Amino acid sequence: MTLARTLATAGRVLRQLGHDPRSIALMVVAPSLLVGLFAWLFSDQDGVFDQFGGAILALFPFIVMFLITSITTLRERRSGTLERLMTTPIGKPDFIVGYALAFGLMAVLQAVITVTFAVWVCGLEVDGPLWQLGLVAVVDALLGTALGLLASAFARTEFQAVQFMPVLVFPQIILGGLFMPRDQMPHVLHAISDWLPLSYAIDTINAVTAGDEGWDVWHPLLVVVAYTVGALILASLTLRRRTP
Amino acid sequence: MNKLITGSAVAVRDLRVKRGKNQVFDGLDVDIPRGEVTGLLGPSGCGKTTLIRSIVGVQKVAGGTVTVLGAPAGSKSLRTRVAYDTQTASVYTDLSIHQNLHYFARLIGAPKADIDRVLEQVGLADRRHQTVESLSGGQENRVSLAVAMLGRPDLIVLDEPTVGLDPVLRAELWTVFRALADSGVTLLVSSHVMDEALRCDRLILLRSGRIIADTTPSGLLAGTGTKDPDAAFLALVQKDSAPSSGAEA
Repeated sequence: MTLARTLATAGRVLRQLGHDPRSIALMVVAPSLLVGLFAWLFSDQDGVFDQFGGAILALFPFIVMFLITSITTLRERRSGTLERLMTTPIGKPDFIVGYALAFGLMAVLQAVITVTFAVWVCGLEVDGPLWQLGLVAVVDALLGTALGLLASAFARTEFQAVQFMPVLVFPQIILGGLFMPRDQMPHVLHAISDWLPLSYAIDTINAVTAGDEGWDVWHPLLVVVAYTVGALILASLTLRRRTP
Repeated sequence: MNKLITGSAVAVRDLRVKRGKNQVFDGLDVDIPRGEVTGLLGPSGCGKTTLIRSIVGVQKVAGGTVTVLGAPAGSKSLRTRVAYDTQTASVYTDLSIHQNLHYFARLIGAPKADIDRVLEQVGLADRRHQTVESLSGGQENRVSLAVAMLGRPDLIVLDEPTVGLDPVLRAELWTVFRALADSGVTLLVSSHVMDEALRCDRLILLRSGRIIADTTPSGLLAGTGTKDPDAAFLALVQKDSAPSSGAEA
């Protein structure tokens, strides 16, 4: 792995995005719109948005980045550019980390805009510091990116990539603690939710909005980071120079 | 492996490749000489692309050896010495021509001046800031070809680089290929257009995963007693099919 090739790849991915304003809009504006819609929906019911708004903040960046990353990298596999890259000196981690860096940068932009919108426009009450909320949103978006990179290795068409949504993403949303606190779930489901990264993302957000400090915030956040790094390593291991 | 000394750029020995249920190669041997333009010809589906992919080291092989410039195909040391252009243009269509070349030049560590050189060679210098998707199919192929000429590769492998190009452009590209070979670069160019055969130094004719001729353009015509390569190929196919379809390497 070399820094120059990783940065070249990140730069190239960002330049591709630069030619695609619609994807930028999806990444930067869509989460805010969805948070706004959610806030509006519960505008007559006091406290509901404050209870769920934070978790929504964790969810949308995750979903959006999962979709965009898995489709983008799949396009690279299908267009022959990945095969060509695999004959150049680029390392497999250069490729994966390059993508993660580019989308990570977009995730920072997305988090700043979404958190600002949620707090200042939608009036989300946060007891903890705002930067922590932003940090969690970025880490969640990176988790989406990492899982998207990994998922694209197991899909042959864009259609198959989208099929990972109901398989990989929706169960995590249902069991993540958004619809029911995790400790009230049936034992088996609770045990399963303990293994899903999004559960920890939502735990972190809830800890921040509740004003918890120290380990209560950092422990679940570190679990999400560990899943993200693990998915990136797996993604780079599943990348093959030789294909059938 | 002792073929290294003989001066071939590529030595394929007993190559066996299976794609899906299809046995593409079952013990293929072939040598590609250094510093020459070798044409890899044959009908589509004969195994040209699979052989090319094996040489550049992206094909999973079931057995045998492929030695490229003295190292096993796909070795790390070959990644700056071997350039590969896939059959369909493998460039980023949403980037400009220049952005594509800039990226690949950075990956292989080619100097910036190379970008101008290859753009001149493929005749796209005045379009450098256009996105690839706004180009015609032939122009897109030329961008992909330009990427393969970046840096100073010792072996350039081109899978059907002239498909969909008009005759004038084809002639121009063959001039570029010839100039590259004259400067010591080894070229392996696949094609299913038989009249391109006459522009090569060396010819390898593939059919159903077997080599039915390994010759020179004049040798091809003389050996079959024909006047044009199309007729020569047909004659070879007939000869090949005649003694049943027994495997004869």
